[in-house]
Formats: sequence, C-alpha cells, structure tokens
Amino acid sequence: MLSYLNYLNDTMPCLMAILRLIVCIVCILAFVGLNAAYLVWLERKLAGRIQRRIGPKEVGPFGLLQPLADGIKLMTKQLFLPDGIDRILYLLAPMLVMTTAFMCFVTIPFGEGLVARELDLGLLAIFAFASINVLGLLLGAWASRNKYSMISSARVVSQNVAYEIPMLLVVASLLMVTGTLNLHDIVAEQAGGFWNWNVLRLNASPLMPVAFLIFFVCTLAETNRTPFDLAEAESELVAGSFTEYGSMGFGLFFMGEYANMVVGSTLISILFLGGWNCPFGIFPGPHWLFLKLYALISTVMWIRWTFPRTTFYGLLNLSWKVLIPIALVNLLITGALVKVF
Amino acid sequence: MATQGVLAPFVHFSILDKILDLAKANSLWPMTFGLACCSIEMMGTGASRFDMARFGAEVFRPSPRQSDLMIVAGTINKKMAPAIQTLYDQMPEPKWVLALGNCAISGGPFKFEGQYGIVEGAGKLFPVDVVIPGCPPRPEALLEGIMKLEEKITGKRRWPVVTPPPLPGPSAAGKNCPLSPEAEPAGEGSTEKSQ
Repeated sequence: MLSYLNYLNDTMPCLMAILRLIVCIVCILAFVGLNAAYLVWLERKLAGRIQRRIGPKEVGPFGLLQPLADGIKLMTKQLFLPDGIDRILYLLAPMLVMTTAFMCFVTIPFGEGLVARELDLGLLAIFAFASINVLGLLLGAWASRNKYSMISSARVVSQNVAYEIPMLLVVASLLMVTGTLNLHDIVAEQAGGFWNWNVLRLNASPLMPVAFLIFFVCTLAETNRTPFDLAEAESELVAGSFTEYGSMGFGLFFMGEYANMVVGSTLISILFLGGWNCPFGIFPGPHWLFLKLYALISTVMWIRWTFPRTTFYGLLNLSWKVLIPIALVNLLITGALVKVF
Repeated sequence: MATQGVLAPFVHFSILDKILDLAKANSLWPMTFGLACCSIEMMGTGASRFDMARFGAEVFRPSPRQSDLMIVAGTINKKMAPAIQTLYDQMPEPKWVLALGNCAISGGPFKFEGQYGIVEGAGKLFPVDVVIPGCPPRPEALLEGIMKLEEKITGKRRWPVVTPPPLPGPSAAGKNCPLSPEAEPAGEGSTEKSQ
C-alpha cells in the first residue's frame, strides 16, 4: 500500500497533492465538527455532575444522541431574518467565526507529521486567524441591529484587545527560549520527559509557570468562557452578540466557541505541555496530545461551572493592571537570561 | 403545533419526518422567563432533584429566537400580556407552548366576576399545546407535561403512564379526605395522621 502510494506520488505528484488536500480538509472538518458537537454534550454532562444532577441521559445511551437531536432541530428551525438588518453581514458573520476556527487547524500538528500544512510561521498564522474570530462576533452583532448585541460587541472587542496583549507578550518570551515559530520544532525541543516541557523550563526563565498561567487565563478570556463570558452575559445582555440569531446561525456561533476552545487548548498543550511527548519519555504519539487537550478542556468547563462571572471593570483591570505588567517583567527576565546564558 | 405562516409540506417523507420529529421532541429548549410563583417550580424542575436535563430540555435560552418551547409559568396580567405576545411572536417556527398552572390555564384564583387585571388564560393570547394543572403544579407535573408534548410531536410516548397507587385505609372516598371531620381515624391502621 505504502509503496503504491509512493509510486503514485512519483508519477502523478499533482493528483497526490489534490488527494492529500481533500483528505486533510475532510479530516479537519470532521474533527472540528465532532469536537464541537460532543464537547457540548460533555459540557452538559459535566455541568450535571458538578451540580449533582445526571445530565442528558434519555436520548440515546448516556445521552450520546443529544448533539444529533440538537443539530437536526437547529437545522430544521425556521431561518429567520429580522427586519432592518444588514442581510449580507448577518448571514456572513456566523460563517466567518466558524471558518477562522477551521483555518487554525491547518497548521496545528497533532503528531509527528500529522499536520495539514506545516508552516515555519505556523504559530503566527494561528494567532492571525484566531483574532479574526472577534471580527465575526462584531459583524454579527452590528448587522443584527439589536442594542444588546451592540453593547456585547463593544465588550467583546475591548476584552479581546485587552487579552491579546498579555497573550502575545507571553508568547514572545516563549519564542525567545524556543527560537522558532514552527510548532513541530517547538514540540521536538520538549522531547524526553515532563522536566523538558516549556512550562517547567526554569533554567530558561524562572517565570515559565507564571507564563503558562497567564496564557491559560488569556485563552479563557479570548474564547469568551466563564468567568470572562461578558460577551454572552445572559443576565444582562439577553444572549449577547447572537441575540438575533436563531436556527443554524446560532448553532455556528455556538460551535465556533467550542472549536476555538479546542484551538486554545491544543495551543497550550503544544507550547507549554510538550505536545505529543509522553511525560516520561516513552511512547510519544498523538494520544498524549489528545489526553492533554481534553484534560485542559475539562478544566475550562470545570472553571465555567464553578466561578461566577466577573464584572467588566474587574475583567479589564485584571488584564491591564495585573497580567500585562507580569507579562512584561517575564519578557524582560527571559530576555536577560537568554542574553546572559 | 401552532403554525404561523408556515405552509404544510408539499411532499411527505414519512421516515424522514419521523426522524425530524424525534429530534425536535428531544431537544425542546425552553425560553428563560417566569411570570409568577409557578416559575419557582419551573426552576426546581431544572435543578438537581428533578433534572429536566435528562430529557435534553435544560437549555434555557435567554433569546426567543433560539428557543422552541414557551413555558407560561404564572399569572398573565393585562399589563404583561403585550410583552408575552411579543415574545411568542419572536420565536421562530416550530414552537410550542406549555401553560403551567391554573393561572396560565384559565386565570386560576384571580378569576372572578368583575376582575379587571388579568388575562384569563394563555389561550386567550396564543394557541396552547399542553396545559398542566396545579396551583402551582409540582415539578413532576411539568416533566409529565414535557413528556405529553413529546408525545404530541412524535405520536409516541417515552415512558408508560404512571398511575398513582390506591389510597390506603377504608374505601369510602369521603373518609380519606384529611380535611373532612369524618376523616378521624376510626381505629384502623391509618392512625399515623398527625393531628
């Protein structure tokens, strides 16, 4: 089989390239779609357990058909266009949110060679696409001509601007240590054992665990998860940016949130937790990445169902007065240490 | 089901329709709003003891655009009626309405000769699919109402109907009423009634 593929690759490189492209696209679409659907199920189950409930259990075994039922219902619901909206933007915004989430997965490696397109600037590409997500929310809110959506979109933008800065500062200090933006190389540097992971590389910078924490908090804020879910503050803003969206438009926003959560958690595991390396240096493989990824996602859900929402001023103060100064100090110390040693 | 400006399908696909109905019945997202004391029971149904989430109905959406089910939980006074009417109109099809409690069914204890403050039942404003009697109804009753609605959508019932066991003690119906003076324990095994 492999030799046949090699033979095809030699004789018809163009065809193989197209085939590879199709396989990659299908895999990414399936992975993101499945994750977005079943993470909602996981969240509802976890919420149930945390609140001493059972959670969905009647629809299929363990409620496993619940995402299917929700999906079919959302798709068969009336496609509703309110009066006075900007039709093009209203229909475009949910797709923008979802597409950018898909695009992030193009450069994310899930294992040795398990990547759709390896880029030397892979990390940069992910951050570029991830920040367009905000634009999708802003456009959707603006186009739907609803005052709650407008307030929410203003909040989303200022929140994301505030948290992009400490996130990128932390990443800059990390890049001083790794010296590359290629995610493959970043993971390869952390091979061996958990003491080689970036989160514990104390000889490079003693503030590495702090950097990890800042990155985690920023990911929470960037993906609009509780306690930073001021974008969709139900008690204040009806349903936030997507108040006017019903049926699958809302479904896409919802799936986009979960897809972004997957992107964020994958990034954390690749940048700080050694990617697909085993903590003890044996049997590295994609299963370790998935283990770390879903452990992080479960932590995010755990946080959501444990802490109440912050106020908006608390949110901005945390970023501008706490996270950014620490990230700057971290950057300085890392720079000095890299220069000295 | 109330149909507002939605035409009947041109061609009927029996199996597909059944699957779609099953999906709709198993993902009834209610709207987050309560009008009076019945809404406390509605919240209790969502909480851990009764757990509406088992049937996939715990996703209380704050926006009417995203919800399928309107639980009218409580008294509708005339001042509130236009707002509720608006909420109903804002929900996209397919949508269903549960009238929870006597006030939402017919006005309940507030209905009397010459009253001027309340709407006598949600049915005066928009079509109601299932009514759940009680003042207020217990959370089990709301769960039963949701199951009745599922039965209405799919044509099949999820669980067999639970018939309450017969009351203990003498068979005469009047004697079982704890409020009637004849209900004093007459030497039989029903002496555990607290006085």
